[in-house]
Amino acid sequence: MANTTTERSITYTVTKLAVVAVAMFAFVFVVMVPLYNVLCDVLGINGKTSGERYQVVESSVDIGREIRVQFVTTNNEGMPWVFHPTESVLKVNPGAVNSTVFYAKNPLAKAMVAQAIPSVAPIRAADYFHKTECFCFNQQPLAAGAETDMPLQFIVDQDLPADIKTITLSYTLFDVTAMAASQGAVATR
Amino acid sequence: MSAHHGPSKGFMRWVLTTNHKDIGTMYLWFSFAMFILGGAFAMIIRAELFQPGLQIVEPDFFNQMTTMHGLVMVFGAIMPSFVGLANWMIPMMIGAPDMALPRMNNLSFWLLPPTFALLASTLFMDGGAPNFGWTFYAPLSTTYAPDTVTYFIFGVHLLGLSSIMGSINIIATVVNLRAPGMTYMKMPMFVWTWLITAFLLIAVMPVLAGAVTMMLMDIHFGTSFFSAAGGGDPVLFQHVFWFFGHPEVYIIILPAFGVVSQIIPTFARKPLFGYDSMVYATASIAFLSFIVWAHHMYTVGMPITGELFFMYATMLIAVPTGVKVFNWITTMWKGSMTFETPMLFCIGFVFLFTIGGFTGVMLSLAPVDFQYHDSYFVVAHFHYVMVAGAVFSMSAAVYYWLPKWTGKMYSENMGKAHFWISFFGFNLTFFPQHFLGLAGMPRRIPDYALQFTDFNTMSSIGAFIYGASQILFLFNVVKTVVSGEPTSEEKTWDGAEGLEWTLPTPAPYHTFSTPPDVK
Amino acid sequence: MHLQAKRLSKLALSPVLMLLSMLSTGAWAEEAQRWQMNLSPGVTEVGAKIYDLHMIVLWICVVIGVVVFGVMFYSAFTHRKSKGAEAEDFHESTAVEIAWTVVPFLILLVIAFPATTTLLEVYDFEDSELDIVVTGYQWKWKYEYIDADGENVSFFSNLKTGKTEIYNEDEKGEHYLLEVDEPIVLPVNTKVRFLITANDVIHAWWVPALAVKRDAIPGFINEAWTNATQTGVYRGQCAELCGRDHGFMPIVVNVVERAEFDQWLDEKKAQAAEIKSLMDKQFTLDEQMVAGKTVYNQYCVACHGSNGEGGVGKAIAGSALATGEVAGHLAVSINGVPGTAMQAFGAQLNDVDMAAVVTYQRNAFGNNMGDLVQPIDVYNFKQVQ
Repeated sequence: MANTTTERSITYTVTKLAVVAVAMFAFVFVVMVPLYNVLCDVLGINGKTSGERYQVVESSVDIGREIRVQFVTTNNEGMPWVFHPTESVLKVNPGAVNSTVFYAKNPLAKAMVAQAIPSVAPIRAADYFHKTECFCFNQQPLAAGAETDMPLQFIVDQDLPADIKTITLSYTLFDVTAMAASQGAVATR
Repeated sequence: MSAHHGPSKGFMRWVLTTNHKDIGTMYLWFSFAMFILGGAFAMIIRAELFQPGLQIVEPDFFNQMTTMHGLVMVFGAIMPSFVGLANWMIPMMIGAPDMALPRMNNLSFWLLPPTFALLASTLFMDGGAPNFGWTFYAPLSTTYAPDTVTYFIFGVHLLGLSSIMGSINIIATVVNLRAPGMTYMKMPMFVWTWLITAFLLIAVMPVLAGAVTMMLMDIHFGTSFFSAAGGGDPVLFQHVFWFFGHPEVYIIILPAFGVVSQIIPTFARKPLFGYDSMVYATASIAFLSFIVWAHHMYTVGMPITGELFFMYATMLIAVPTGVKVFNWITTMWKGSMTFETPMLFCIGFVFLFTIGGFTGVMLSLAPVDFQYHDSYFVVAHFHYVMVAGAVFSMSAAVYYWLPKWTGKMYSENMGKAHFWISFFGFNLTFFPQHFLGLAGMPRRIPDYALQFTDFNTMSSIGAFIYGASQILFLFNVVKTVVSGEPTSEEKTWDGAEGLEWTLPTPAPYHTFSTPPDVK
Repeated sequence: MHLQAKRLSKLALSPVLMLLSMLSTGAWAEEAQRWQMNLSPGVTEVGAKIYDLHMIVLWICVVIGVVVFGVMFYSAFTHRKSKGAEAEDFHESTAVEIAWTVVPFLILLVIAFPATTTLLEVYDFEDSELDIVVTGYQWKWKYEYIDADGENVSFFSNLKTGKTEIYNEDEKGEHYLLEVDEPIVLPVNTKVRFLITANDVIHAWWVPALAVKRDAIPGFINEAWTNATQTGVYRGQCAELCGRDHGFMPIVVNVVERAEFDQWLDEKKAQAAEIKSLMDKQFTLDEQMVAGKTVYNQYCVACHGSNGEGGVGKAIAGSALATGEVAGHLAVSINGVPGTAMQAFGAQLNDVDMAAVVTYQRNAFGNNMGDLVQPIDVYNFKQVQ
């Protein structure tokens, strides 16, 4: 039978290791998930543009440079809405405020709520694509059979890396009717 | 201290035992049963892939087979087998009477059979067993999963608990119960590799638990960790999973390295070359294993800086691994070798694991991985390192220590036959899979284009041969236990070193109740 | 006599040469051949670079393997007890440990350079002449050609191989499992950018001859690019487990001359316009049954069975929907049933095909409703839903 010093030592080892195990579990939720989101937000590295309204800072327009901005829309599975940009491609100057509109229609006989999720390519451009107004900031409810024009207002930052000439902004439209019902209509992150 | 009357009789002995030898034995038999079960799933897979067209199973059931094959082999066969070996051997190798926490040891084992019974039973439930691959990426494993995914999540939690408790036990044992005089740098390599593996397990099994908990929350509690609709990201799942997943493969192989480090010196009759180096290399591999995970995700759309970082880090991990291979071969060099079955399996290990290592270096190169990823080239790679690596090592271990465990000698002829048939069958199964991957065949498909037929047929034949040879192995082991040639040599193998070889054969129920003096 | 010998020796050499060429050149660019053992350089410059890097690493590994295993097997044969070998005692050497740490590190360093430059090329997405959105669905691909004027051409690409071949009732065709109804068409020598996403679960778009593989992730867009230098037909498959028919959603890329591409694209735009005009056409019941059966066998049969008997999906034979109000049948076909495997086919079938397939379902399988649904009916239904 082990003597008491060894027993105490064993208890000490076990406690330390158990704490490490619990800490690693907590690490996933408290560090990994937020860190991933922060890194994606700050570095724009998964192509997600910020979910927040961009605060406009007065700046000049770089008329010497032209950027092609393409809009692509996709409906996620089971999302029956009609959803497309009214303009497929815009040629913009960095620093200028640009506006466009996306058309959406709910063809079903019941009210629905949609969420548009943006994604930017190339990934590096996400940090330089500022939305001052976007229908993706909020869930979009539409009554049965209703249609709407959803605005997008954006500025391409002058500091966009010189080698980027085309930015593609894609919106995937998801049916969040069930989610909205359980949460109440809340703006997403 | 009360007198012991030997082990109690009957079934309850096994249910209540806190003896490390009993628990080791249960782990080993359980893992072998799981190896047969996982192998049966593989036989179904290879039978379907024998010819193009769907002959035997439907695609959804095939996906269940590939998923369950992976889960059962990784969590039910390979990991528990090395835990069983750890249980049997670590106390004896360090001169301790038992594990530090014998009752927790019992619980660690007994969590496994009911968990695998639950997992296996999902095959018969509505919607079928998990069918999303053993890597269970979201949203296939969340929004699109069969109902049994919840049992799967529960099962993974229980398995994780078992592994974590087992690892705590191993560390507590090695840290606190070494015989006086056994410093860390005098420990056998098997103990070192398990010590390091146990730390890896404690670090990453909770991360796996976190991943499946997030899945559970997404599926049942309306969260959106992995769903873009709610602001989440399917790629987050992959990062969390592989943060566990990469260290996991080192968890699988490090104990196997330890076994080989015990056996080669014995049969070369020469001490292990570069012991200190081997310890540092193992520790380096363990550290590096934490920073390479995204090499499983090269095609996911990572920014180039990330892609380059993971490529360089992954290439780097080849260096300490190579050091170990060189050290084993140098141990053989100018030794006085005999080639009993354990040595055959170890040489087979060094040869075939290194081939797996080479394809690993090829896979580490991100631009080329765009062609290899999710193809049969990857399947070939990981079977070389896991089967010709870990399973060969485990086979070697069983032949090596079986006499000490049972006091009976196995049939050397049958052992050699097992080795050669396994070697042939294994290579026939998996070498052609490199070609299939390079030619463009994706993985996880139940049917394939005609030009892939020939190597698939070859691979299936090899699989049946390899499977059959495991039955030979089972027969040899059972025959040995029941009616093998008795042996009472303390040192079964004349080149063997280590405390376990100072004990009587078979090893008594309780050993080292008084710690030995280690010089 | 000499000529004879030459011919014979050539004959003997040819299988060897074939084997060597299989291993070293990967000669087949277009399609994987039987017994193919190696990667192919494909038809792109970056694909050739990837192939070269693969061969460099392969040969380095072979050489290292031959040396290392040579030493090991030599030792196994020479240093045997049965040959009287006596074991020496050496068991450490710091110099040697340093050597075999540094040398492999240097070899890896050498490999890292071409690996880095090739990766940078793979990531160079700018300056494409053509952009195509590729969307992975369970279990097919959708291609959408982005047009500056907003006249995007979009279509689905489904596996064309029939169930009878898969279930071994008919002989398998040459391109078994690698053929589709509508291939993606690309102009040769043109930089094409792919914008890859998914509709449901994660898929992956892989065409070995173009050396392109990228994950298709729902809610996110991934970029990839190619520039095919040779015309031809190149085949690929989905490379990420995506459910039941993961192995049954191939990719066929038809690379053609620029002029042919322009013509094809114009035809596609015209077809789209024509479908718009067909909206006014009235088809006969027979026409709808024939057209509807084709659509049914492409889109519905996998889940609903060749006799409408059901399977993964409900039975259509005698179903309440197919024998009830046309509006109800249209609603489900167009909008799908959220939360089930029944997708919103309104997004995948134009009104002409939708009208045909609904007509077919209502009259086949013993349903015999006598209903004739016209494209304009579908169009009108969609307006007032």
